[in-house]
Order: sequence, then C-alpha cells, then structure tokens
Amino acid sequence: MAEGKEALFSKQNKALLSDPLNDNNPISVQVLGICSALAITVQLKPAVVMSLAVLFVVIASNVIVSLIRNLIPGRIRIIVQLLIVASLVILVDQVLKAYAYDVSKELSVFVGLIITNCIVMGRLEAFALANGPWKSFLDGVGNGAGYALILVLVAVFRELLGSGKLFGIEILGHKAKTIADSTGLYALGYENNGFMLLSPMALITVGIIIWVQRSKNRKLIEQH
Amino acid sequence: MNKNSNAYTFIFAIIIVTIIAGLLAFTATSLKPLQDTNVKAEKMQNILGTVGVTGVSREEAELEFNKYIKKQLALKNDGTVDTSTDAFKIGLKNEIKKDEDKQRYPLYVAEKDGETFYIVPLYGAGLWDAIWGYIALASDKNTIVGANFDHKGETPGLGAEITTDWFQTQFTGKKILDESNNFVSVTAVKGGAKAEDDHGVDAISGGTITSDGVSKMIDERLSHYLPYFKNN
Repeated sequence: MAEGKEALFSKQNKALLSDPLNDNNPISVQVLGICSALAITVQLKPAVVMSLAVLFVVIASNVIVSLIRNLIPGRIRIIVQLLIVASLVILVDQVLKAYAYDVSKELSVFVGLIITNCIVMGRLEAFALANGPWKSFLDGVGNGAGYALILVLVAVFRELLGSGKLFGIEILGHKAKTIADSTGLYALGYENNGFMLLSPMALITVGIIIWVQRSKNRKLIEQH
Repeated sequence: MNKNSNAYTFIFAIIIVTIIAGLLAFTATSLKPLQDTNVKAEKMQNILGTVGVTGVSREEAELEFNKYIKKQLALKNDGTVDTSTDAFKIGLKNEIKKDEDKQRYPLYVAEKDGETFYIVPLYGAGLWDAIWGYIALASDKNTIVGANFDHKGETPGLGAEITTDWFQTQFTGKKILDESNNFVSVTAVKGGAKAEDDHGVDAISGGTITSDGVSKMIDERLSHYLPYFKNN
C-alpha cells in the first residue's frame, strides 16, 4: 500500500525515467540490444521506427506483466513473458505491414527480432515482475528511450558520414558523377565513407559513444 | 489457491494462450485487406518499373497500371492463351511446383509512348531462399528494356545486391536470342562479362550462387514463353 501513497513523479520514479538515459543506459552501459543497434542504424528512418517499436513493446509488456505479476506461476514465468512479448511484436509487425509497408519491408526480420531483444526480457525479469504497473510503465519508457537515444545517435553518424544524408535528404550537397556537377561538400572533392554503411562501424560508433559517456560521467568508471 | 500446483500452472497457461490467440487472430484478420492492397500495389509498381514507369506512389499504382498494361495473359506451355485464368492472380510460388503442362505462365503486355513491351514475371531459388522479379522485353521480344529482382533472405552486401540499381540496369539492352534467333537467355558471368557480350552481365562477387540463381531463373522462366513469342 505504500506504493499507492507515493507521488506519481516522486524522486524515485523520476529516476526510473532518467537513469536509463545515462547512468544505466541499456546499450552503452548494460551493453544489451547490440544486435539491432548494428543492423538497422544505416539510415535514420528505420532506426527511428525500430526505436518506436521497441519503446512500444517494452512499455506494453512491462505494464502487462506487472499487472498479472501476482498471477503468473513461477515455474512458467519466462514462457509467459516470452508469450506476451512475442504477441506484442506480432501486433507491431502486422500494423506496420498494413500502415507503413515500406518501413516494414526495410525492417524485415528485425521487427521479429525484438522478441529476442535482451532489453525487453531483461526489464520484465528484473523490474516488472517485482513492481507495480505505474513504476513498470516509467521503467519501460526510460529504457525504451535510452535504447532509442543511442540508436538514433548511431544512425545520425552512419547516415551522415556514409551517405551524406539524414532521413534520406541530402545534407552535404548533391553527389553527381563528376566533381564539376556536384554541389556542396562534394564539389570540394569530398567522398562518402562507405565504411560507415557496414555493421562493424556501428560497433565502433557505439564504442566511441561509450568512451565519451564514461569520460563525462565519472560514476560509470569502475574503481579498482 | 496454490500458485505452484500443476493444476494452477496448466489452467493459467491455457487461459493466457487462449486470450492471446484470440487477440492475434482478430488483428490479423482485420488488417489483412489493407496488407493485401499493399502487396498488390507493390507488385504493380514493380511491373511498371521494368518499362521505365518509376516514381509511382502506391496509391496511384492501380491507376497507372491500368493505364500502361494493356493485356494480362495467362499462357499455356504451348503458347496458347488460357482465357479462363486471371494472370495477375497467379502466384508463381505455388504455380512453379506444378507440372510444366499444367502451369499457367503470366505475361503482361504494356504500351508506353506507342511501343509495346512484354513483361515476364520471374521466380526461382537463390542461395538461402526464394528470389523473384520481372523482366521486360521490347516489341522485338528479344531486347531487354528493364529488369528488377527481389529476394527473401539473400546475404546482405553479397547476394542481396541483386536488388541494387547497378546489377539491374546491366540487363538493359541485353538480348535473349542469338543472331540465328535461338534462345540463349542472359547469364550473370563470374569475373565480369565482356562489354560486347549481348547475353552476359557481371555477376556479384561473393554472391555467386545467388547470381547463378538469377541466370537459371531467367533461363527457365523465359523458355516457356518462346512458343507464344514465336506465334505472335
């Protein structure tokens, strides 16, 4: 009952939202959900859609599991969690196919792979099973946003440096076949870095983000 | 009630599975018409793309399709037209499993700027899974004017390159018949085709099996249309 008296946005609850953005980021600190961070960050648009899909799945599954947490038999709890996550993912997939067909084609198998995204299962096991729906909701928002933040950051670097575009719009000028016909940076002889389009560069970009984050946030540095 | 008893576990499992199955079945059924429209529109876009009608949005696809595509024929193996079959509805995925005599071969006849084009749908096997596409022939039923390919699960960066422009535009201008009008098809050549080769395009480095799949698919599919092409 203590939970009921607590203010909706108490200090503790705010921390649920803000922690995953920095101190406890699911990608850069817990190093979860890396596979999708590599796969769909070549362009900004699918990264944003993927973030929204994961955000929806992690919030909804957190709340649902939290609501029925006292009913779930301990022995099959993982299966029940998986069932809930899987059905939510299928829902997302079906809706994308109906209303955002191009995006769904681009994300293809990665929507299905949200099921195996460790962030989702991790939050259910570690948080939703032991906390009320409101807290679980906040935890879901926080972790989904923390994931989205890194994904979008990586995608911005990769699309900008790899193809000179953001959201498919040419930012650095137009690259024609010859330098003379090009505009913007390309007129000066600039070339896109094709490496940025390959998966390993996503890993390196995530690595650089982790490095910058750790040097700014002293709390994250291990004491030995 | 004891939450750890077998009975409780079973009942819980049954109830939650039933609820979720019902929910999913409902969503899938209610979204199906919208999804089908998308798939149909994409097919139309792909067909139009091979004859150079590009940049058509999915909403306009049906309108543009009806404007350019004059005939949709379902051919028999001997080149005659089966008027009782709707060519657009033929799903090659299942059709291709039937005996050659029982199969119906869809052919789209397009007219653009006064010229006639013949568009043949393709379906075959890549390395991991199915590959498919469309290939358009000019009115001489010999010169390729456009091709596009898609795949289900080829390796990104290798076999999956068949969907890229550089691979697909290579087919434009190639010929499927040799000088004495024998069918030779177009082949993706490992190591690169010679510039003057009318029947070869560059295969994809690292995507040999997918490239071979494309060659085989074009050869197999087109060969069934020759009787019709000869008589019309």
